[in-house]
Amino acid sequence: MTKDKINWYMLTLVGRDRPGIVAHVTSALYEGGCNLGETSMMRLGGNFTIMMMVQCDNSKTTLHEVMDGVAESLGLKLHVDPIKAKLHEHRQPDVRISVYGADRAGIVARVTETLAEAGLDILELESDVAGTEAAPIYIMNMEGHAAEGFEALESALDIVRREQGIEASISRIETMVG
Amino acid sequence: MALMDILIYPDDRLKQISAPVESFDDGLRAFVADLEETMRVGPGGVGIAAPQVGHFIRVAIVDVSAKKKIRHHGRLVLINPEIEQWEGMVMGREGCMSVPDYTGNVIRAERIQLRAQDEFGQWQAFDMEGYEARAVQHELDHLDGLLFLDRLVSKRHDLFSRKVYKK
Ligand SMILES: [Zn+2]
Repeated sequence: MTKDKINWYMLTLVGRDRPGIVAHVTSALYEGGCNLGETSMMRLGGNFTIMMMVQCDNSKTTLHEVMDGVAESLGLKLHVDPIKAKLHEHRQPDVRISVYGADRAGIVARVTETLAEAGLDILELESDVAGTEAAPIYIMNMEGHAAEGFEALESALDIVRREQGIEASISRIETMVG
Repeated sequence: MALMDILIYPDDRLKQISAPVESFDDGLRAFVADLEETMRVGPGGVGIAAPQVGHFIRVAIVDVSAKKKIRHHGRLVLINPEIEQWEGMVMGREGCMSVPDYTGNVIRAERIQLRAQDEFGQWQAFDMEGYEARAVQHELDHLDGLLFLDRLVSKRHDLFSRKVYKK
């Protein structure tokens, strides 16, 4: 099998968190003759979420045959999409932005919209709600590429700081390769 | 002068501990010249350690002078280097010529005091900070068989940039 004939699928699994999900899912894939590429797995609000690039030389139906049983037994919703994908195509972020403040509707939308207009290309974003139920706070960390330069993003953050009354910081990511 | 091949992980040899240099002869200086040439054609070009080219001796080269607006000591040949003091902690992004196509966050000392011999055996002392200190710590790890992969930290545990809080 040549490299460009590899079939990649994006597998999404979501369900109530319980011990052993990752081990069961990955064992089933291994036994079904599939390989993993890049993955992201994380607990969100008591649910466990899995997104992974899976490579199979089988057809999509076969991937369902491999996964349907284990997904059902673990109570996970399964979604399979054939994707155009390649490994070893990482893009390096050059900027990191952290935002936090009192949780309010629309903060993420307003912040990311303003940053997008200033050239931010988000490569990774994670956010959380912390604090107490009475006074929740919102925390967001992003890494991305500053397509229109660092200063454009700094000015954009000044705007959202003033408009939204939130704390926001930005720093360059200077990757040291040695 | 000649370019040397870079060992790529999972090559086991990258995990071995390198031996101190004892004789500072022309052979050593010729090797240092080749090592520097190999570093300068590499993707990062700011640092290299002898074990990365399969020579398991305590030799590293660091030169971050191409980077703008930072404090540095120019071209450094570091033989039998020892870090004598560490201060502060800071998270930063690292990659490695021996680990292609991956970068990750690593916590390093913000400032170090370093002692090393040059290619003639002369001991020298340096106070370093920031990017240069990071490069030195990365290269010295190679001499002890450690890769930045051994020190990765999650992005969720953020120690980034207390500096940006000054308004
Ligand atoms: Zn390295």
